[in-house]
Amino acid sequence: MNINSNNFQPNGPRPKHLTIGRIGMYCFVFMCALFFLMPLYVMIVTSLKDMDEIRSGNLLYIPKVLSFYAWPKAWSEACTGFVCEGLKPGLINSIKITVPSVIVSVSLGAINGYALAFWRFKGAYFFFGLCLFGAFIPYQVMVYPLLKIESAIGIYSSLPGIILVHTIFGMPILTLIFRNFYASLPIDLFKAARIDGGNFIKIFFYVIIPMSTPITIVAVILQVTGIWNDFLLGLVFAGRDNQPMTVQLNNIVQVDYGVAEYNVDMAATILTSLVPLFVYFISGRWFVRGIAAGAIKG
Amino acid sequence: MSMKNSVEVKNISFSYGKTEILNDLSLDIKEGEFMVLLGPSGCGKTTLLNCIAGLLDLTEGQIWIEDDNVTWKEPKDRHIGMVFQSYALYPSMTVEKNLSFGLRMMGTAKKIIDDKIEKAANLLQINELLKRKPSQLSGGQRQRVAIGRALVRDAKVFLFDEPLSNLDAKLRAELRYEIKKLHRDLSNTMIYVTHDQIEAMTLADRISVMKDGLIQQLDTPKQIYNKPANLFVAGFIGSPSMNFLNAKFDKTNQNLIIGKRHINISKYENINNLTDDQQVVFGIRPENIIIDKNENSILSKVELVEPMGADTLVWTSIEGTPISIRLEGSSNYNLNDEINISFDINRSSIFDSKSEERI
Repeated sequence: MNINSNNFQPNGPRPKHLTIGRIGMYCFVFMCALFFLMPLYVMIVTSLKDMDEIRSGNLLYIPKVLSFYAWPKAWSEACTGFVCEGLKPGLINSIKITVPSVIVSVSLGAINGYALAFWRFKGAYFFFGLCLFGAFIPYQVMVYPLLKIESAIGIYSSLPGIILVHTIFGMPILTLIFRNFYASLPIDLFKAARIDGGNFIKIFFYVIIPMSTPITIVAVILQVTGIWNDFLLGLVFAGRDNQPMTVQLNNIVQVDYGVAEYNVDMAATILTSLVPLFVYFISGRWFVRGIAAGAIKG
Repeated sequence: MSMKNSVEVKNISFSYGKTEILNDLSLDIKEGEFMVLLGPSGCGKTTLLNCIAGLLDLTEGQIWIEDDNVTWKEPKDRHIGMVFQSYALYPSMTVEKNLSFGLRMMGTAKKIIDDKIEKAANLLQINELLKRKPSQLSGGQRQRVAIGRALVRDAKVFLFDEPLSNLDAKLRAELRYEIKKLHRDLSNTMIYVTHDQIEAMTLADRISVMKDGLIQQLDTPKQIYNKPANLFVAGFIGSPSMNFLNAKFDKTNQNLIIGKRHINISKYENINNLTDDQQVVFGIRPENIIIDKNENSILSKVELVEPMGADTLVWTSIEGTPISIRLEGSSNYNLNDEINISFDINRSSIFDSKSEERI
């Protein structure tokens, strides 16, 4: 049918046109992606160059000669202070800190959120308000008092010490997100479970936890990235034997003597950020879904 | 139905913070009785049900279930089963697990659980659905499962919180019928909250009509429909609703004076309670208005016709007040037809204008 004929009537799906606005939007999105990917690109190419090539100063060029020398060095030979074992011990320390911290803090956050959402005790709103407030207090304010408390009870500068600190600092935000998620669940479910004979613990385990997958994934991602990337608390509370990867990375990069090996620094940095990256890639889809689940209903 | 009370609500009060929702309310429900709590939203009927279930703590008063003071008992220890408007099925469990959850929490033996589930599933025709998750069920099926969950627990008292409100009209009628049948077969005590007067009328042995946390009238559906205790009940029950006309009583002629019109009410049952010149509201249901010419009839005009299939609703007005008349579906009236209407005084209700109570 001729489009221009007089008897043409709109029929079926509306034809799609590429408008100026749409082209502009694609350009913007492309530029954003480029902007955020640029540092990663520089890090990767630099880590694959040798020092001579780096010194020649062409930051954005791809390596003329591929050199993998920096990666094994960063992993197992680079000096972090007095010992020269690379990042390897740091990785293990970071895992030893992150795994228990995430499990403990997420579990406690879930129980707190559940109690606040369903078992509305007297003063629950006030308590929730306190939690919210806690989420906005900067770490630094509490570092010294916490340090004194921990040394008084004898866990300062130890693995349990740093795990406790991460659990405490994760509590406000975790309580908040779990409470908001649970508040969005129908209250009738909880009532039905109470009539069916559930108590605080049973309802939590049999009814609430099976429905918590999306928000638990959000909480785990938040905590894994947060704790893995933490530097300050690890430096202060973990003690010399348990220094996490971030602290060791800092020691590699901040050399006081010798030459700064940029390729090793870059390789070490990428290695350090692999875990959060990996977590995000495998669970990003869930993250968005979990956030959205809370957002729509809450 | 025995004369024994199954549930006794004794002088209970309930408030959320400073908002008082129930105030000194008492209600006795007989064993095997189907009691409907009916009222507009915000009247406190769901709050009352939640108090009976033990899901809310009373501010004052007592709840007795089966001669047991359960005021401080947990919901699970009150021998009740509850069905919610939102079904409240556990989304992560299959239908079977949903049904057995309560029994499993009590530590019942597997064999007994299986027997009970089979019995309930047969009764509600949900055998096919046992392995499915709630998300794979339709609304009607979900509500059946929810009823089944109350059933397997051998509850002495069933509590229904607007169970049919989320269903479409056809399913609602179907499940209403089944709930009635279930009550006939099990003869448990049932307490049913609804704002739907059709559900209330069809299901109830007795209805308690509530407003602002107070029971306005507690009686059989028939009594409530025919002899509403006050203006609120009269207006709330019945669809299309009762016609109301403001009037003044003329004792000498035993007439109600409505503007220029006079209606003789010498046949009204409680006419002796009326005083001369008393301001009243005359209430008459659409089906109790007759189109017929006699010495008492009033001439008026048809203003609107609403055919409803089985019935036809004809609208006219008396002294500016719109009046609906329910006629047979086959009756044939057109706009602006002149009609003579008269009232079946035996079936009318007269309320005092001030107190709004029935005379």
